[in-house]
Amino acid sequence: MTVLTVPMAEASPASISRRARVLRRLRRNPLAVVSFVVLALAAVVALLSPWIAPYSVQQTDFAHTFSPPGTPGHVLGTDDLGRDVLSRIMLGARASLQVALLAVATSLIIGVPLGLAAGYFRAWDAVLSRFTDLLLAFPFLIMAVGLAAIRGASLTNAAVAIGIAQIPGVIRVVRSDTLRLKSLDFVAAAVVDGASDLWVLARHILPNATSVILVQATVAIPAAILGEAVLSFLGLGIQPPAPSLGTMLATAQQFAARAPWAAVLPGVVIMGLALAFNVFGDALRDALDPKGDR
Amino acid sequence: MARYLVTRAWHSALTLLLSTVVVFLGVRALPGDPALALAGEDRSPEALEAIRHHYGLDQPLPLQFAQYVERIVQGDFGVSIRTGIPVSSMLTTALPVTVELSVLAILLATALGVGAGVLAAVRRGRPAEWLANGLALVGLSVPHFWLGLLAILYLSVAAGLFPASGFVPLLQDPVGNLHHIVLPAVILGTGLAAIIMRQTRSAMLDALSSDHVRTAKAKGLRPRAVITRHALRNSLIVVVTIVGLQLGGLISGAVVTEQIFGLPGFGKMTIDAVFQRDYPVIQAVVLLTATAYIVINFLVDLLYSVIDPRIRVTGDPA
Repeated sequence: MTVLTVPMAEASPASISRRARVLRRLRRNPLAVVSFVVLALAAVVALLSPWIAPYSVQQTDFAHTFSPPGTPGHVLGTDDLGRDVLSRIMLGARASLQVALLAVATSLIIGVPLGLAAGYFRAWDAVLSRFTDLLLAFPFLIMAVGLAAIRGASLTNAAVAIGIAQIPGVIRVVRSDTLRLKSLDFVAAAVVDGASDLWVLARHILPNATSVILVQATVAIPAAILGEAVLSFLGLGIQPPAPSLGTMLATAQQFAARAPWAAVLPGVVIMGLALAFNVFGDALRDALDPKGDR
Repeated sequence: MARYLVTRAWHSALTLLLSTVVVFLGVRALPGDPALALAGEDRSPEALEAIRHHYGLDQPLPLQFAQYVERIVQGDFGVSIRTGIPVSSMLTTALPVTVELSVLAILLATALGVGAGVLAAVRRGRPAEWLANGLALVGLSVPHFWLGLLAILYLSVAAGLFPASGFVPLLQDPVGNLHHIVLPAVILGTGLAAIIMRQTRSAMLDALSSDHVRTAKAKGLRPRAVITRHALRNSLIVVVTIVGLQLGGLISGAVVTEQIFGLPGFGKMTIDAVFQRDYPVIQAVVLLTATAYIVINFLVDLLYSVIDPRIRVTGDPA
């Protein structure tokens, strides 16, 4: 029974050695290792931030507003309401990653099946092409503006707007990989064998398309992190007093004359997260590239 | 060629129609009575009735849509709830600012991106490539509005090199206009420059190892001539494609950049409208963005088929 449920593409010896090869290549690339460590640390901090943050993010202290970084008790200083900046950055990074994962999950859940359908069924292709054209006509910020007008500004709506805007990219890469896989012999063999379209898609095409989906996701996550920061900065994303790196920068802009340092740290964190994802994404793409054998 | 053009034109027209339907239905999806939203402060029953009649809200939906399209084609986007000014005249003052900002950003990004991309490809494996690659990765990862904030703090406020905010129309004072818009354009262009650089680099690497460049080299052409005449020509296609694909990102970026630098453009108008719940303005902004995106991408495709003859045959600009 268990033998029957093992997915074919994953069980074949060729794919096991391929996975090992990809992992080995990643381990040998110092940039990949460093970016992975940064991301792992960020993930741990984000997960545990409600418990390990030194202060409550809402705890105000009007006697100690705008303390500079290095103040005893507040390593990164305090903001305009005397709240601890380190705690807010930790929780803000958590919110950034939350929005990014929610957005990318949204785009994958909708985009992957549509991309498979567009690549596999000719009849769907034309309709889905018009659908992607339509989505592309609304840039993510304009989509967020429209959503905020209809449903109000919130973390979820920001994630949905970013996720919807990323659907066309997912459809495009999954569609072209499906077209490629569909023309290969093992798919033709499965069809001749009497496999249904759904079976072929789920068991043969999707498992082999995971690498392009993975690469697409590593590109989409940093874009979503930047998108969330922009939306929160403009007031269209996470709403104060909830901590967010974007809103921290918006506040810093208001008080830039008094506390210029406050405009530096949240930006560095946003950039660090996005950079780590982009560097890791590049390394992953190189590692997955079959032409990269040496 | 003609067949390809007709198909592309038909697809663009269809997308335009669909996006109009989306915006039209979006307005109907606003919470509560659209008449209430459109009325703003004056919510007397007579005023609401007048609005319902003016916008045809008492008519069946398909008829409403027809009337909606008719008004838009005539350039009637309604009147701003907050200012009482027709939305179309607000757009006429705001759009030139955004267009100037975006065009300047594209030019800067192209110069920077193509230059760095060619350099990285030609100096493969040397420090110049590492530097260019690293800068491109940072350019992709940096939040541009943050870069804008830092530029204002350190270049405008502290060093006094640029005005921190405000705008002077181009025709009124060209020098002052450039002084105001150069910094925002650089900020807006950085992300685009990073994308253009990465694509130019890989296109150049492909081109440099291709047969026709090898032939040119074998012919005894000097390296500089090989690069400019043969390999670089391909990067024109890269830039045109990226500008088309990244137009949405550019529009989003322009909105934020204008907000930070206080430029009185399309973006600032959009953000103000959201917070003031100025629905006629939001509606016009969304529809106009979609139209601009569709029309410009249609033009990019035309240009593309002129530059690269292969596209005309397959009809699929991949």
